[in-house]
Amino acid sequence: MSKLYSGAEIVFKCLEDQDVEYIFGYPGGAVLPIYDELKNHESIKHILVRHEQGAGHAAEGYARSSGKPGVVLVTSGPGATNAVTALTDAYMDSIPLVCISGQVPTHLIGTDAFQECDTTGITRPCTKHNWLVKDVKDLSKIIHKAFEVATTGRPGPVLVDIPKDIQFQKTKYVSSIKRKKLNGKIHSKFNQSEIDQLVKLMVNSSRPILYTGGGVINSGPKASELLRELVSLTGFPITSTLQGLGSYPGDDNQFLGMLGMHGTYEANNAMHDCDLMINIGARFDDRITGKIDEFSPKSKKVHIDIDPSSINKNVKVDLPIVGDVSEVMLSVIKTLKKKNPNFASSNKEKTSKWWEKISEWRSVNSLNFINSDKTIKPQHAIQRLYELTKDKDTYITTEVGQHQMWAAQHYKFNKPNRWMTSGGLGTMGYGLPAAVGVQIAHPDKLVVDIAGEASVLMTIQEMSTAVQYNLPIKIFILNNEYMGMVRQWQELLHEKNYSESYTAALPDFVKLAEAYGCVGIRAKTPDELDEKIKEMINVNKPVIFDCLVDKEENCFPMIPSGKPHNQMLLGPNDQKENKITGKGKTLV
Amino acid sequence: MSKPKSAYSIPGKKQKSDTHVIVVWVDNEAGVLARVVGLFSGRGYNIESLAVAEVDSKLNISRITIVTTGTPQVIEQIKLQLGKLVPVHKVADFMRGDKKIIFKEMALLKIVGNNIRRKKAIKFCKKFNPVVLDKTNKSVVIQITALRREIDTIMNDLKKTGLVSVSRTGAVAMTRGAEVFK
Repeated sequence: MSKLYSGAEIVFKCLEDQDVEYIFGYPGGAVLPIYDELKNHESIKHILVRHEQGAGHAAEGYARSSGKPGVVLVTSGPGATNAVTALTDAYMDSIPLVCISGQVPTHLIGTDAFQECDTTGITRPCTKHNWLVKDVKDLSKIIHKAFEVATTGRPGPVLVDIPKDIQFQKTKYVSSIKRKKLNGKIHSKFNQSEIDQLVKLMVNSSRPILYTGGGVINSGPKASELLRELVSLTGFPITSTLQGLGSYPGDDNQFLGMLGMHGTYEANNAMHDCDLMINIGARFDDRITGKIDEFSPKSKKVHIDIDPSSINKNVKVDLPIVGDVSEVMLSVIKTLKKKNPNFASSNKEKTSKWWEKISEWRSVNSLNFINSDKTIKPQHAIQRLYELTKDKDTYITTEVGQHQMWAAQHYKFNKPNRWMTSGGLGTMGYGLPAAVGVQIAHPDKLVVDIAGEASVLMTIQEMSTAVQYNLPIKIFILNNEYMGMVRQWQELLHEKNYSESYTAALPDFVKLAEAYGCVGIRAKTPDELDEKIKEMINVNKPVIFDCLVDKEENCFPMIPSGKPHNQMLLGPNDQKENKITGKGKTLV
Repeated sequence: MSKPKSAYSIPGKKQKSDTHVIVVWVDNEAGVLARVVGLFSGRGYNIESLAVAEVDSKLNISRITIVTTGTPQVIEQIKLQLGKLVPVHKVADFMRGDKKIIFKEMALLKIVGNNIRRKKAIKFCKKFNPVVLDKTNKSVVIQITALRREIDTIMNDLKKTGLVSVSRTGAVAMTRGAEVFK
């Protein structure tokens, strides 16, 4: 007879079989048997966070920067509910997470026991799938399936809820059964005729654009290589969503910058005026499309996505291709090379007018801002940070708000998996714990969380985690004492009624850093900025960098609400020039 | 029109809605109905009626029949979103007006009244395979199977004859002929 293992042992055997190295968690009554078992499994290291939301975001940072699923371990009740924000965040941004939660013993379920909650009920809409384990015999099968669901198809979070009595019960262990197909949920069923149609559209287009998203990152490093090949082969301009940054070099001439609400003038106008839009692994999010009725009216639209429900959800497309973007791009490249070996040269002439137009838009220099020698402009701070860290293979996380958009605009990424930001859910407090996870995955790399002072206070307690595990993360706070993006919307749309968007009584971030046992640095003027940033980089300890920036700077360019791509609001200069028209803050 | 003060775009044009019957084959496991129904409520789709029961005890498969209304785009989304759920095996979609499909609903009708009224009630139901399930000298319980709107009509007619209670199922559907939906 084969050996019997307890439920807690089975959890770790499964994690070992899945090559899990790190779990992010927080103990509690209903997961104690699992925590008790931890000591017997040396290959798995537990990272103790300070709040379960932090565990979730750290696991997300780990997953995004490493390409491996992040594992979270929390207790029942508040442990599980605290993880809900992170699970939802991972669901929106398609990040593979496996969350294991403890539950009250089976016989107490439904009795409103201490620290009981309907975990599977609460997390049902924010996970790809979840399981309540009612029989220890099912445990190993469920955990292996959980990893499979999280990592295949369009990735996402899953949750396995394990009652405490199940963790004690004993049974045989069934090893991971690797199946290729999962209940028909993996969709890579495109065919050659679709590829041929796409190539035909590409050959006939004179104003093409590639619009790429997080799907390229999720498809693995090969997808980014293929994308680079496709772009150089076609000579097409390319723009990227917030999540797709890094899949194509940010400093390349064919790259038009990010598109969308705070995207560049050239990217948004090119989206609006193109005759062929090829969406690769993006999802026509409302921050991207602007007013949907006037979205890119003259173009044929192609949508390549692994998730069939992403197609035709927001924007009707002419040619949907359901499949892994790597495989699709590979087919497109092959077909293009075979059928049109000198496509690039023949295409150059055809798209030359289009490129002229794009250069015209480019010359507007929409990311420009009026610099100052008295106060630090936030954009300037990010530009300096970029210049001083670009040779280091730096990993950037962000919180949510103005600083996030400035980071996306002014920090140029050349490699995938270097940029971790909460795009779909827009979770303030994401960046600090995410940086913890990134640093765990890449202990020798420079990891910087570009933060706002309001966001970072939502999960500031994770500094303690960083100190405990000697993670030299750098928290680069653009401190304007406001919830900047809220303030910006109030200025533009609510007659400067800055209702509750100013934070009085902010902590002294330098002293706060010292209190946590890390290093605090403050920069007040543009003159000292470079030197202070260098100081930050050179400290081999966690750092909180309090960068005091202009309090009233707004994030431009911007597509105001309900406007299409070609009606962008440029910077303060633009507003001054258009003063006479009153409402004419919009260009074109 | 006032300027929308919102971080979101204003709603676009609305398309025409149609009524569809969606049939879903699922693993009969705990919480599966909540997943399906939660998907509808969470994404703002509506459910007109719902019928669910296990149809294969060996393979543990339940069949869920949902009547819903939506624009073609919404119906397409419903199908695709349902298809993504892990316990869902297949999803079929029929227009309510589709001639190749049989739809049926069942209703139990309780009539309280004198003999003449009760007889009249049974007569009203004649077209819809009435089965008298219970009889007393004061009341009768009639089972009928019909389409939704037919049941609506007959309920109206039966008000005069002493209809006191109605219990209805959701619609179930099946294709005509030898074909089976794969």
